[in-house]
Amino acid sequence: MKKSLMTLNRGLIGASALVSVAATAALAEEITIATVNNSDMIIMQELSSQWEAATGNTVEWVVLEENVLRQRVTTDIATDGGSFDIITIGAYEAPIWGGQDWLVGLEDLGADYDYDDIFEPVRNGLSANGTLYAVPFYAESSFTFYRTDLFADAGITVPGAQMTYDDFAAIVAKLHDPDNGVFGTCQRGKAGWGENMAFVGPLVNAFGGKWFDLDWNPTIDSPEWKAALTYYVDLMNNYGPPGATANGHNENRALFADGKCATWVDATSAAGYIFNPDQSSVHDVTGFFQAPKQVTDKGTGWFWAWALAIPKSSQKVDAAKAFLAWSTSKEYVELVGETKGWVAAPPGTRKSTYANPAYSEAAPFAATVLNSILAANPADATRDPVPYTGVQFVAIPEFQGIGNYVGQQVSAALAGQQSVDQALANSQQFAVREMTKAGYIK
Amino acid sequence: MARGVTISRKSVNTIAAGVLGLLMFFPVLWIVILSFKTEGDAIKAPLEILFGTGWTTESYGTVQARSDYFKHFSNSLIISLGSTFLGLLIAVPAAWSMAFVPAKRTKDVLMWMLSTKMLPPVGVLVPIYLIFRDLGILDTRSGLVIVLMLINLPIIIWMLYTYFREIPGEILEAARMDGATLREEVVHVLIPMAIPGMASTVLLNIILAWNEAFWTLNLTAAKAAPLTAFIASYSSPEGLFYAKLSAASVMAIAPILMMGWFSQKQLVRGLTFGAVK
Repeated sequence: MKKSLMTLNRGLIGASALVSVAATAALAEEITIATVNNSDMIIMQELSSQWEAATGNTVEWVVLEENVLRQRVTTDIATDGGSFDIITIGAYEAPIWGGQDWLVGLEDLGADYDYDDIFEPVRNGLSANGTLYAVPFYAESSFTFYRTDLFADAGITVPGAQMTYDDFAAIVAKLHDPDNGVFGTCQRGKAGWGENMAFVGPLVNAFGGKWFDLDWNPTIDSPEWKAALTYYVDLMNNYGPPGATANGHNENRALFADGKCATWVDATSAAGYIFNPDQSSVHDVTGFFQAPKQVTDKGTGWFWAWALAIPKSSQKVDAAKAFLAWSTSKEYVELVGETKGWVAAPPGTRKSTYANPAYSEAAPFAATVLNSILAANPADATRDPVPYTGVQFVAIPEFQGIGNYVGQQVSAALAGQQSVDQALANSQQFAVREMTKAGYIK
Repeated sequence: MARGVTISRKSVNTIAAGVLGLLMFFPVLWIVILSFKTEGDAIKAPLEILFGTGWTTESYGTVQARSDYFKHFSNSLIISLGSTFLGLLIAVPAAWSMAFVPAKRTKDVLMWMLSTKMLPPVGVLVPIYLIFRDLGILDTRSGLVIVLMLINLPIIIWMLYTYFREIPGEILEAARMDGATLREEVVHVLIPMAIPGMASTVLLNIILAWNEAFWTLNLTAAKAAPLTAFIASYSSPEGLFYAKLSAASVMAIAPILMMGWFSQKQLVRGLTFGAVK
């Protein structure tokens, strides 16, 4: 009797163990995440093992270059392919794809998620029709990096208020010293809507220009665009490094970190790199101020966010939401701060990050970055009223093609292959054709 | 009468060939050099990179720690070998029929097959993606084997057709008269005679499949991604990854480079087969 009871007991234990393993196997999911290759995402990749250990789920990573990722993810999402459970998208795609009903709404990530802690402009930039379709991983605006030592040597003081591009050009001229390996300014020249147009777009805003009028007619051949582009070409040809048409964010960041540039207007997210003594030779002689204005101060600093979203085609929405709730939470920011150093914490998304004294201490640029992000208003980025949202881009699907084409024309003008007038005429012609084809212009 | 070649002319030719070879190899050499530098050193001026910085294998360690090289490598191996041998299975009979029993429109068919290579791949991306989705072969090695086989099939058929045409039809006819079946004729007579040509066809197609980056990037996610996706994961417009990208590139091209090195005799012999009559 005792033996049979023991056998029964062993059998029950064995069965319950099997049931438990089966239940775990049923609950444990493998999710596939498509993302870009930058330092913040690499940290997320490293730390995700903690989430895997805590939940039993596993993560497969597909890491691709930004433009390849955009093409890959667009193909998958537009065809309902279902290759990815989480995708990394930007502030440009999120509202468009959300509006197309391609993404899962993310209003239910749990009571602990604290949506109110996310900055409102960031939340709005990732929403469509009042629904949040992507949660921010980090956000950025643009501001001016400058060399404090060179400014001091030249007797230049940085004004407290936002300076104009005319004042900026005068400062750049004073600091330009190519014989000693320092160029007055380094700005993006590489063609692309996310490259040179990220600088030129806000510059056009500052000069009072816009991409389209209220009837969606392109206005690239306007006097405002001409003034902005003439300023850009003259500034870069007179005071920029040689071969600037090959320089994007990376190249300029390397030039600035190597002490070759006196000024640089670019992403606030580069501050962590420039202020890192292991990576930058100018970490202790760099300051920052707002991106300049000209006839208006609207839309002078860009807005961008890298965010995570779930495609409608995902079969593992619950596990994907659990990952998003973890990787974009307050707790995740703290985890990065404590394990990788606070200067590496994802910037620009949560109020709690900026309320943390450890972050403010480690990142002297924190307050300026925050002000720049809060000042960037994609819904009101131009002097005149426009029918679109976006600071350095226009949140319509056609913009990618138009922006890239205009970027090529601007780059050709910078290289001296054509005049500013010719570049603007070509761009206007292309934009009119594309907007007519897309049905915006009847 | 053969023309005498002077020593000085020989020297000039040798130097010119050497310079040309170095120019062609220089990008690969530079990638190898950068892969043994730190990220900070990799962006310095070329002369400083060569003489003013140290050497390290740090990037190789980082790449291996972050990405599963062997998974990507085995995917590349299976996809390139699989697509080439599957292609041969179809191409050998096709090339045989076109070379030895040509029809009125054989030349047109050959030209049509070649013309499919002129279509930009992106033009058929969406239909092929939808077919793969419906068949459930997205992100699978078998799916990539099929698509790469189809892409390279015109080249395999054309190459084999060219080699087969160099073989006198009378030899095959003699085999038939001796009672050989069609299978025996192809396996025991045709293929042994066409081995150099077939070897170069196989080698060239393995190289083409190994390096193919459009379909292998667009039809895979995490499971079937080959070495092209491995390299792509280190390219970034935001962040410095030159040294790691170089290390990943060296790791990706090393196997195919070694294969090319060891089989260059067969490759050259096959590619020049029938070039001189």
